[in-house]
Amino acid sequence: MVIYLDYAATSPMPADVQAEYAQALHLVGNPSSIHQAGQQARNLIENARAVIAGYVGVEPMEVSFTSGGTESINTWIKGRVFAHRKARPGEDVFIALTRAEHHASLDAVEWLDASGFATPLWIDVDSDAVMDLAHLDAQLSAVPAGSVAGLTTLVANNEVGSLQPLSEIAAIAREHSVPVHLDAVQGFGSIPLSLSELGVDAMSISAHKLGGPVGVGALVVSRAASPLDSLIHGGGQQVSRSGTLDAAGAVAFSHAAMSTFERSPSEREQRRGLRDALIDGLGVLEGVSVRGSSNRLDNNVHITMEGASGEVALYLLDAEGIYVSTGSACQAGVAESSHVVSAMGLGDQAARSALRFTLGYATTQAEITRVLEVFPSVLERARVAGYPS
Amino acid sequence: MRILAARSGGVDSAVAAARAVDEGHEVVGVHLALSRMPGTLRTGSRGCCTIEDSMDARRVAGQLEIPFYVWDFSERFRADVVDNFIDEYRQGRTPNPCLRCNEKIKFEAVLDRAIALGFDKVVTGHYASVREGVNGDPELYRSADWAKDQSYVLGVLTAEQLRHCYFPLGDTPSKQEVRDEAARRGFSVASKPDSHDICFIPDGDTKGFLDDKLGQTAGDIVDRDGNTLGAHTGTHGYTIGQRKGLQIGYPAEDGKPRYVLEIRPVSNEVVVGPKEALDTIELSGSVMSFAGADPIAAEITTGSYAEDGSIVDTEAFDCEVQVRAHGNPEAASAQIVEGRLVVRFVAPISGVAPGQSAVVYVGYRVLGQVTIDHTVSADHESLARA
Repeated sequence: MVIYLDYAATSPMPADVQAEYAQALHLVGNPSSIHQAGQQARNLIENARAVIAGYVGVEPMEVSFTSGGTESINTWIKGRVFAHRKARPGEDVFIALTRAEHHASLDAVEWLDASGFATPLWIDVDSDAVMDLAHLDAQLSAVPAGSVAGLTTLVANNEVGSLQPLSEIAAIAREHSVPVHLDAVQGFGSIPLSLSELGVDAMSISAHKLGGPVGVGALVVSRAASPLDSLIHGGGQQVSRSGTLDAAGAVAFSHAAMSTFERSPSEREQRRGLRDALIDGLGVLEGVSVRGSSNRLDNNVHITMEGASGEVALYLLDAEGIYVSTGSACQAGVAESSHVVSAMGLGDQAARSALRFTLGYATTQAEITRVLEVFPSVLERARVAGYPS
Repeated sequence: MRILAARSGGVDSAVAAARAVDEGHEVVGVHLALSRMPGTLRTGSRGCCTIEDSMDARRVAGQLEIPFYVWDFSERFRADVVDNFIDEYRQGRTPNPCLRCNEKIKFEAVLDRAIALGFDKVVTGHYASVREGVNGDPELYRSADWAKDQSYVLGVLTAEQLRHCYFPLGDTPSKQEVRDEAARRGFSVASKPDSHDICFIPDGDTKGFLDDKLGQTAGDIVDRDGNTLGAHTGTHGYTIGQRKGLQIGYPAEDGKPRYVLEIRPVSNEVVVGPKEALDTIELSGSVMSFAGADPIAAEITTGSYAEDGSIVDTEAFDCEVQVRAHGNPEAASAQIVEGRLVVRFVAPISGVAPGQSAVVYVGYRVLGQVTIDHTVSADHESLARA
């Protein structure tokens, strides 16, 4: 029995989405070509665009397909800073974010900082990785009016699952006239996210987190948003992005989204039930602390373990056919110490002992039961192995 | 057996892991992330453990169809190997970080974790062999390929560590055969250059690295009589036996080249003198280990033990001693005297530095090693009691 509990890293593609994807690949034609072959491909992608737009409360023109969440986030952060610098030459430029953001945001901002383009304006998070609203207000007040190119925030922390107070964040930012971008790569599909209702500038989303293909995402930008420079220049195929349109990818994305959004409330309820069963079952073990707010993503369970390293526990679980994560999937194969847990102020040992379990549409009660059966022995063996230092 | 294959990304550890798999063992591959800021691409053949190396290791694991992980031991490596390296130079000694890494990281930190996770052995691509000794304890032997023999850097391992070591390449006659085998197995690393130099100083500029860590504190270059001959910018820039880079500016009275004889970190002096003064006839130290049965237990010599099990005294016994990883084995007579291992060379050898390990061989077997803290030159002057 193989138990996949790393949906946050990527979600398997459901059979029906695979079928739609394969079907769309039969079409010949660049959606930008004028002839009828192109028009057919174009129709496919525009249908997909309309579907995605509907789910985020915008009009189709406000959705640009990209190569994924990372590109979308980079496009907004860098595009906002460069546009801002043009509008206010010679002035200091800030970009606001917390230290618990995903590396796509952190590293883009660090690059901007190192290159002298913008200075990060760090906003504190609490011990659940939830943005400190008072600190946000204070920080935005502490810098010259109009100097903040933008604020980017996760809609929910991708490691510990805590939902962010989006309306409040948007309101404070609005008071200071600071454009806001939502990193909705985790959360699109499970949290209601209407750009128009929230009154924010932009949002980044990713197909493969919902069971769509890797290599497809979108940057949603309100028509009323502050200007954005392009990151990728070229044929100008879309509002915020150039490059040949991936019709098949967009089709698969839209079907994955439909599949996700059309899940019944009872199905969502059931998933939350499994999540809570796992939280409860792990939380009672000695030395195991459940991390993140109780107001969390439907599918996220996060713990730290006293006396055991996440890297070792992950290996032991892997050996049992249980696939989880220690945090972000990204860095060169090394299970790094969690920057999110560090930002939460929980200390170095905790940051090295984190484990994240993320459930999905195919997760069953039997799987959760099995994990809870196996985990105590995994924990014990991981404790014997200790930390490397 | 359950075997953890330590995979550097090089061809040796790839073939070693492959052989373990062929022998039917349950093998899991692990690449050790030892650098806090690994480079992406490997830089020629210097250094080790870049992202590219980890990808090479991963690829071979994929071909062998064994699970593969990257474990982060960078913190421990920094403390036990890098900081130790810097500290030894600070104290005027010459460390061997590869030995320290084997002792503390590969066959201690990693081995401890492997055993805790239920592995029986760690397999590596080292050129050496482990064989069972007469008393059942494992013993360490040179490899069949003399040129590649790495028994020196493993000489610090104990029986307990050796019990869990597996070196499949020890009996392979040559490195070329290992490369040929890698090519036959379809490993892209078959022609990957060997790494040499110190892995955490990938540009090879040890002096530059130490200048950065220790700073450059000017001091005097003196002769054995205490006369000041010149100036230096940091004792760590010098090694016993060094001839080049002294920058004294004028020749010695006898016209012969001068060599670094001793480094005195307390007075921040570098002592130079003629080559004859460099000739060492004896070295000794008190920090020693035996790779398996000690010389009394192995019936190489007779002697007595202290209450804690350490050897107090032995009769002298013939052996060969190496003070460098690929140095010549020098004929010598060894003896333990009041808890110190004393080695007397048949013919004087050159350039022995405190801090190095003297690895003692009896035939092809590594008996053990001692960390050199004292040397005696051919003209009987005691040098460098560090």
